[in-house]
Amino acid sequence: MLGFATRRFVQALIVMLVVALLAFTMFRFVGDPINQMVGIETSLEDREALRERLGLNDPLPVQFFRFVTKAAQFDFGTSYQFRQPVSELFAKRIPATLELSFASALFALVVGIPMGIYAGLNRDSPVSKLFLSLSLVGISLPTFFIGILLIFLFSVTLQWLPSFGRGETVQIGSWWTTGFLTVSGLKALILPSITLGLYQMTLIMRLIRAEMLEVIRTDYIKFARARGLPDRLVNFRHALKNTLVPVITITGLQLGSIIAFATITETVFQWPGMGLMFLQAVQNVDIPVMSAYLLLTAFLFVAINFIVDILYFLIDPRLRVGRP
Amino acid sequence: MPYVSNEEAKAAVQGRTSPQAAPGRIAKALDSDLFHSFLKSRITVAAACGTLILFLLAFLAPWVAPHDPFDLASISILDARVPPVWMEYADPRFLLGTDDQGRDLLSGIFYGMRISLIVGFCSVIAAAMIGITLGLVAGYMGGRVDAVIMRIADVQLTFPAILIALLIDGVANGIFGTLDREIFAFYILIVSLALSFWVQYARTVRGSTMVEKNKEYVQAARVIGLPSVVIMARHILPNVMGPVLVIATINLALAIVTESSLSFLGVGMPPTQPSLGTLIAIGNDFLYSGEWWIAIFPGLALALLVLNVNLLGDWLRDALNPKLR
Amino acid sequence: MNVLDIKDLTVEFPSRQSVFVAVDDVTLSVDAGRILGVVGESGAGKSTVGNAVIGLLQEPGHIAGGEIYLHGKRIDRLPYKQKRLMRGRKIGMIFQDPLTSLDPLQTVESQLVETIRTHLPMSKQKARARAVELIDAVGIPDPAERIKQYPHQFSGGMRQRVVIALALCAEPELVIADEPTTALDVSIQAQILKLMKKLCEERNVAMMVITHDMGVIADITDHVAVMYNGKLVEYGETGQVLGMPQHPYTQSLISAVPRPDIRVERFPVVNYIEAARTPQKQIDISTHWLGKARDYKKVTGPLVRIGDLDMRFETRGSVFPSRRKYFQAVKKVSFDIEEGETFGLVGESGSGKSTIARLITGLYQPTGGSILFAGTDLTSLKNRRDVLAMRRQMQMIFQDPYSSLNARMRVREIIAEPIRFHKLASGNAEVRRIVDDLLDHVGLGTAAGQKFPHEFSGGQRQRISIARALATRPRFLICDEPTSALDVSIQAQILNLLKDLQEELRLTMLFISHDLAVIRQMCNRIGVMRNGELCEVSECDRLFEAPQHAYTRELLNLMPSMELLSRANLESV
Repeated sequence: MLGFATRRFVQALIVMLVVALLAFTMFRFVGDPINQMVGIETSLEDREALRERLGLNDPLPVQFFRFVTKAAQFDFGTSYQFRQPVSELFAKRIPATLELSFASALFALVVGIPMGIYAGLNRDSPVSKLFLSLSLVGISLPTFFIGILLIFLFSVTLQWLPSFGRGETVQIGSWWTTGFLTVSGLKALILPSITLGLYQMTLIMRLIRAEMLEVIRTDYIKFARARGLPDRLVNFRHALKNTLVPVITITGLQLGSIIAFATITETVFQWPGMGLMFLQAVQNVDIPVMSAYLLLTAFLFVAINFIVDILYFLIDPRLRVGRP
Repeated sequence: MPYVSNEEAKAAVQGRTSPQAAPGRIAKALDSDLFHSFLKSRITVAAACGTLILFLLAFLAPWVAPHDPFDLASISILDARVPPVWMEYADPRFLLGTDDQGRDLLSGIFYGMRISLIVGFCSVIAAAMIGITLGLVAGYMGGRVDAVIMRIADVQLTFPAILIALLIDGVANGIFGTLDREIFAFYILIVSLALSFWVQYARTVRGSTMVEKNKEYVQAARVIGLPSVVIMARHILPNVMGPVLVIATINLALAIVTESSLSFLGVGMPPTQPSLGTLIAIGNDFLYSGEWWIAIFPGLALALLVLNVNLLGDWLRDALNPKLR
Repeated sequence: MNVLDIKDLTVEFPSRQSVFVAVDDVTLSVDAGRILGVVGESGAGKSTVGNAVIGLLQEPGHIAGGEIYLHGKRIDRLPYKQKRLMRGRKIGMIFQDPLTSLDPLQTVESQLVETIRTHLPMSKQKARARAVELIDAVGIPDPAERIKQYPHQFSGGMRQRVVIALALCAEPELVIADEPTTALDVSIQAQILKLMKKLCEERNVAMMVITHDMGVIADITDHVAVMYNGKLVEYGETGQVLGMPQHPYTQSLISAVPRPDIRVERFPVVNYIEAARTPQKQIDISTHWLGKARDYKKVTGPLVRIGDLDMRFETRGSVFPSRRKYFQAVKKVSFDIEEGETFGLVGESGSGKSTIARLITGLYQPTGGSILFAGTDLTSLKNRRDVLAMRRQMQMIFQDPYSSLNARMRVREIIAEPIRFHKLASGNAEVRRIVDDLLDHVGLGTAAGQKFPHEFSGGQRQRISIARALATRPRFLICDEPTSALDVSIQAQILNLLKDLQEELRLTMLFISHDLAVIRQMCNRIGVMRNGELCEVSECDRLFEAPQHAYTRELLNLMPSMELLSRANLESV
């Protein structure tokens, strides 16, 4: 077990380092950091002095090392646009994105898994066919269009739900703000999380259905039926468990990518998350924000996948207990 | 107990194993199980026809579209914001209405589809080529090579297409400045899309390659003495291409959707060469002021296109999967 | 009254183009405490009979005619719920592959307990106790502990015992076993068969054993039903049927089984099915292309000399060399093969015989020892051209006819590939001619070149493999279990073909098999392998009559009791 965890951890570390390298390259070589920080009138000598002071003339590996250690302490430099420390900017925006992602993931799992199971067990029923058709629509519509349609329907026409912003938020701890504790906050969360989660939900549903159909055809299910076990036992204790186990890793991957996909939803709904900030940074070539976003997203993705891998390891006895 | 005589049994055998006259290849294809399951599912036939029609309309846009929305001389600001033909104040020249510049929406949709499809196809082909090659090599060579390629794939997975395109765009902005971006937009899009989609091809092909590698015909080829490259290309590749087709269809749909999302965000195709996503982005501003058609029609066209491709891909996957029959 | 009565059973599988009759008018019965064997080759319909009885026919199969009675009560038309309750409680079933028959995520205990409690009213405690009893009864040591383990923690034979326990746990009256020992090693097979017979008698259970293996029939069955293409061809007491078979099919089936007691020059062929074509053209070896190889070095002494061959596989890798785990597949094996002889390697799965074949052909690199071929040490060859020159002289025929040919290439291309690669012919026309000759020579006919592998049966595919192997005009042919995946009747044809080719082309052969009877018929000298070591090497007849090594004696003992079969052969020959 420890060996497995260590191997995965090392892999995760390698991925993070490569991402850090990319972020560093961007940070250092695109545009001139000095130019961004000072005005036009600053003299050449002053620029050189600044360059020296910031350590921009040191050998590259040293700079990279410094970059990585600072990043590990959540120090990502100063934004070109806002002249504020990047970490502070992110601290304000991360809760919004994380809450949105969490709500979307919850929606995707809570709706997707039962639908997938039902469609897998009752392959030919009209309800399954309906689910399948709906899922097809779900993966065919781009996220932003779903958002636009939902806004058009529920905000502009019916006026039931807000079309932008987060509603009222409550501050918890030193920097986290949550929208879960207010009615307007929850209302504001509904449309964006459905928008973001719909695609994932249909993917999960289709995945579980496909896997379930395969499992139903295995020899051990056949043997379970040959022993006269009731359908309930066969379907839920044997088929379902064997379906969910391989699905976990893929689901983890999908859910991890929700955070990156949030950018689009945040744009459509003007949701004040880090995705929206990233988009603005791209338009204004605000490199520190861009590279920080890169690192943070990668970190969250890798962390989620690591946890999912460990979970998979714990659930499948073939990995846990070896041959005697 | 029935006793089966020599003659009877022999006759039964002959009946079962009598050689059939070899039919022609097309006759065989039309008679195959695949084609029959295709015809049986009416939805799939409808989807295939729909896709074909849309493809044709898109590629023949310059000849089929009623107007040329890019010919600056032919558009007039006086025609701006005309609603679709079944509403008040409509103009029969513009079936689906016009946008804020006076450009015909129907024509814009045809041209937009064309661009969306071209970007989609190019990125799918690029992703497939990269993915299949890397997957073959990783699966066949194993060991270090495999580990390295899989790690690269892992890193790749942390960047969904959106992120890559945005990053490349930001970097390009920083290096080239916004002016030249329009010329490179097409290529940047294809590169970003290809980079984010190759992993799935690589993983699937790698898996299949690892299975095929242990099959005895590959060992026979090695015993003959054939070099690895020949084995990979001539023996393994044709046998792992099956799932690739299914992935490619689904990938096409995804590529179109992703491209439109990127265009919507402003980092895809520019308004001078608008894809469907760009059109929706333009129309988004007018949603609240009542001119909904500028955003909704391109959106519907997009949805229709992607839906059809997905239906085909779905049917293909079910039909080619021997286990589900 | 019989436990099971099947009357005029017909099972059909309708498809888009036609209706396939899998079982045609079959009548059988089994009594309590007796074992009925249903034997036939692949496609005979025997498994379908078993599936029909227990009500688990694969869609779109259905019972189109006849009746099935269990203890006098009709069971083929029951509604779903009653059929389900009958399964496990009245009828138990054992499938072929124990690895895939058990749910990998559940412990053995939970699978037993759930089955027991579904059919018999008892508390969890009692059910657990019963489960432990059953595991003990099937011969698994430390039952109370092992019951808490997962299926993958058991070996193949142990798993099949667990499956047997599961089939018996609800106390059924009839047990159907579908190829119960096919996936197991020869030594384990014998144990499982003994166990099944014992349990059958102890619990007074009726048993139906479906198999293609005549040895199994001879071992444990009381009655036997022979099936061919869906029809019942012969039915009676085992001793009778095997000793004095009435039907020509049964007769040829029995005579095609390789005899372990004496060596015959040629296998008697089952003339019923798939008559192989005889070659149209007689080729004169001295002038024909096939005989023209011979720029090969002349050898004094053995053609192949294996010296202290060692092969180690890494089963667990690690950055630290001390923590790596290895599996020793071949341990210091040495033997010689003289030119023109057939050397046999026999052993169970995992003994290393296939690994040696792969080491000789260069598919694996040995971790120690030497392989001398025609005087050259293959392990020391670096130059690619030299390696290729050696490759040409030896070729291999593989076990699985379904995966040894590239499904996407036409037969003609498959056979032509080595000719083209080694540049053995000048121009396409000559290649074409050679391919046609080869196809003719292995009995397939030149028209076969156009087709794809999937259009051929298993036996025909092996002929294609043989043609491909001959295409480089080798002097040394390695046959790795070439007929293990084939039906007995086809096996006879292929082995005859190999014998003929060897004589004609003066080939040296290494013949690998787990079947002692086949080895006896094919080989001059035999090596016995076990766990990577060569236990004994001796002349063919001497090995069988006076085995030196204890393991060889054990193997000979484990061969299914063949007196019945031997007697049958003597009478019909």
